[in-house]
Amino acid sequence: MSSTTAPSAYYIPHAARWPIVGSVGLFIFFYGFATWLNGAAFGKEMFFLGTAIVVFMMFGWFGQVARESESGTYNGQVDSSFRMCMMWFIFSEVMFFAAFFGALFYARSFSGPWLGGDGAGGAEMTNAILYQGHDYVWPSDGPAHIGGGFQQMGWFGLPLINTLLLLTSGLTCTFAHHAIREGKRKPFILWLGATVGLGFIFVCLQAYEYYHAYSALNLKMTSGIYGSTFFMLTGFHGFHVTMGAIILLVVMIRAMFSHFSADNHFAFEAAAWYWHFVDVVWLGLFIFVYLL
Amino acid sequence: MSSNDVTHHAADDHDHDHGHDEHGPAPGLMRWVTTTNHKDIGTLYLWFSLVMFFIGGAMALVIRAELFQPGIQIVDPMFFNSMTTMHAIVMIFGVVMPAFVGLANWMIPMMIGAPDMALPRLNNWSFWIMPFAFTIMLSTLFMDSGGPAGGWTLYPPLVLQMGDSFAYVIFAIHFLGISSVMGSINIVATIFNMRAPGMTFMQMPMFVWTWLITAYLLIATIPVFAGAVTMLLTDRFFGTSFFNAAGGGDPVMFQHIFWFFGHPEVYILILPAFGIVSSIIPTFARKPLFGYDSMVYATASIAFLSFIVWAHHMFTTGMPLAGSLFFMFSTMMISVPTGVKVFNWVATMWRGSMTFETPMLFAIGFVIMFTVGGLSGLMLAITPADIQYHDTYFVVAHFHYVLVPGAIYSLMAATYYWLPKWTGNMYDETLGKWHFWISTVFVNVLFFPMHFVGLAGMPRRIPDYSLQFADWNMIATIGAFGFGFSQLMFVYIIVKCVRGGEKATANVWEGARGLEWTVASPAPYHTFETAPAIESSTVTR
Ligand SMILES: [Cu+2]
Repeated sequence: MSSTTAPSAYYIPHAARWPIVGSVGLFIFFYGFATWLNGAAFGKEMFFLGTAIVVFMMFGWFGQVARESESGTYNGQVDSSFRMCMMWFIFSEVMFFAAFFGALFYARSFSGPWLGGDGAGGAEMTNAILYQGHDYVWPSDGPAHIGGGFQQMGWFGLPLINTLLLLTSGLTCTFAHHAIREGKRKPFILWLGATVGLGFIFVCLQAYEYYHAYSALNLKMTSGIYGSTFFMLTGFHGFHVTMGAIILLVVMIRAMFSHFSADNHFAFEAAAWYWHFVDVVWLGLFIFVYLL
Repeated sequence: MSSNDVTHHAADDHDHDHGHDEHGPAPGLMRWVTTTNHKDIGTLYLWFSLVMFFIGGAMALVIRAELFQPGIQIVDPMFFNSMTTMHAIVMIFGVVMPAFVGLANWMIPMMIGAPDMALPRLNNWSFWIMPFAFTIMLSTLFMDSGGPAGGWTLYPPLVLQMGDSFAYVIFAIHFLGISSVMGSINIVATIFNMRAPGMTFMQMPMFVWTWLITAYLLIATIPVFAGAVTMLLTDRFFGTSFFNAAGGGDPVMFQHIFWFFGHPEVYILILPAFGIVSSIIPTFARKPLFGYDSMVYATASIAFLSFIVWAHHMFTTGMPLAGSLFFMFSTMMISVPTGVKVFNWVATMWRGSMTFETPMLFAIGFVIMFTVGGLSGLMLAITPADIQYHDTYFVVAHFHYVLVPGAIYSLMAATYYWLPKWTGNMYDETLGKWHFWISTVFVNVLFFPMHFVGLAGMPRRIPDYSLQFADWNMIATIGAFGFGFSQLMFVYIIVKCVRGGEKATANVWEGARGLEWTVASPAPYHTFETAPAIESSTVTR
């Protein structure tokens, strides 16, 4: 089939075998993870087995879709479905982050001051009876100073470098997009490679930042609400950067196998949208977690 | 099901050359495992939720049996608590939500003239997560520490004191969340992208509109719920202090995040019901839906308002006065668009040529009894009054009126309404009417007394109660067993209809409007492979 003549009918796939593999994989993953957390036998093994099955499923499923796309199975309407799917998926991710940002805002503007005795509705009494002498200042590890004394993570240095890295990767990603739109494969692959590289450097630097936090600042996940929100937000984001970089890497490898053309490269676009989303979330993090 | 013996229509005028050659269902069990057909997947969802309905119902009967008389009678309090918790989780996530998704799968493509859902493989996965996720969820009941017993709202710090089942419950929720979000994305993409050429948004049936808005609510709130339970997980296992005041967090924060999801969730459980009733009432009143445009705008307003009312669940938890006032008034505001809907349904029936087949009976039952639940909701919205009603059986009466003779009745109405389209056979009308009347008597015997004991101060989620509540509790339990066992009739009627019966015509109902009634009964395995042309004059709703 030529990829230039798009089929007229909407492509309805038959006999999907990957979803059930994914369900079994996730089942083993979740069951194993819970068992592992409870410290019971075979939890860890199930966790890794489940992970492996899910990764296998993703390669199989996405590989099938990639082959179908390259053989011209899809038409413009199918393409629109994929685009909507990705957009709404990113929206759901935005809401996932919103829960953690909400926790940060709530702790900083409401529960923190209340614990310190500020605010109507008996905050003063709570403070006097339960937490006498506790004065709220951010960063806080609460009246009980859970986790012991710690130092705040500054914004200058690694976080700032990471910000510049991610912003630059957003640019290189856009250059890659321009290249493929003009059908220039080589610059497309090179700019993609730069984006992936910057992404992985970001992850490495963040790992180093965590190491620094644990070893030098005594800043841990257990460091009260500050440590909780810091590691939850940056960790969840870091996980997304890792996923985004892997997705872009897969796109790059596909490009090396001469996938994609000037007018058929949605996999790249989806990855790029995802990357920009991760980028924007980082800006929010940089402002609300590090700067303010 | 009977779609096995469907003769395939001769729509051979389209491209066949890319693995598109299997046209009927595949033989054997693998058909159901690997299917990408929206009708198959809809059927799977519907059967799954029917099975779960009886599992959740059995749990409800354990609760009611224990409450038949005061004192600890049958089960120990821990098990009682895990029954109240699991009953809620099963009924919400295992019955009402999947049943609505099943109806969406079956009906939306046919209503908008699409060949299938936009993303058929993803559709398969959305369903096939459900049995696995509920295996994890229900397996906790057999663990040494027992199932979750802190209530389906999972409030910390209580929920963090749960035994080994805690992590399994959290992950089962994540797992179900993946299914819900994927299913909703699929529905949104289908409605935006797969409408037959020429069909405008304002030509869509109300069921499609309500599902579009419901899917949006799901995509917006399920991830927030996932975030909330993730923080519970890290608080328990990784030493974080999100919900621990000693560490600077706040258990009340969980309630805020939870109900930011939880309140839109209650509209997720009722908006598709509004869509179903808006389809059925015009058919049996033989008049177009009164005020279609206002129905659409009312649905959208309810969805918008649902995001800014969450703290009405927390009036007794404590919040600044301005917060109480804001959440009280925003909650009461929801009664305006809801009132518009009830008015429109009544106005649709006004001077219609009404007949009262089973779907219509359930739809009218819905309108009346849902309104009862809505009015008690209005009472609960009043902050000072809620401080008295909070956590009493009055609340239980309220949300069971909107969910059982509300959401569940709409599902039964939908089943009777579309069953002839799905199976090609008419159900037994006499038995259907009996099912309605018996259910309606018992459901009121079951839930109406709860208003009285609630106003008199009986707390919910407690296996024992003081003696003055004994009479009404006994009556409620009689109603519960009556209602529960009369649902066996429902199964019997469905099975009987699937197996045979008087043949249904394509149009099935004299007054039915919309594209799903233009295809044969039973609906062929593939419908609208060639999109119908829609003019502005075509009757599509
Ligand atoms: Cu609410």
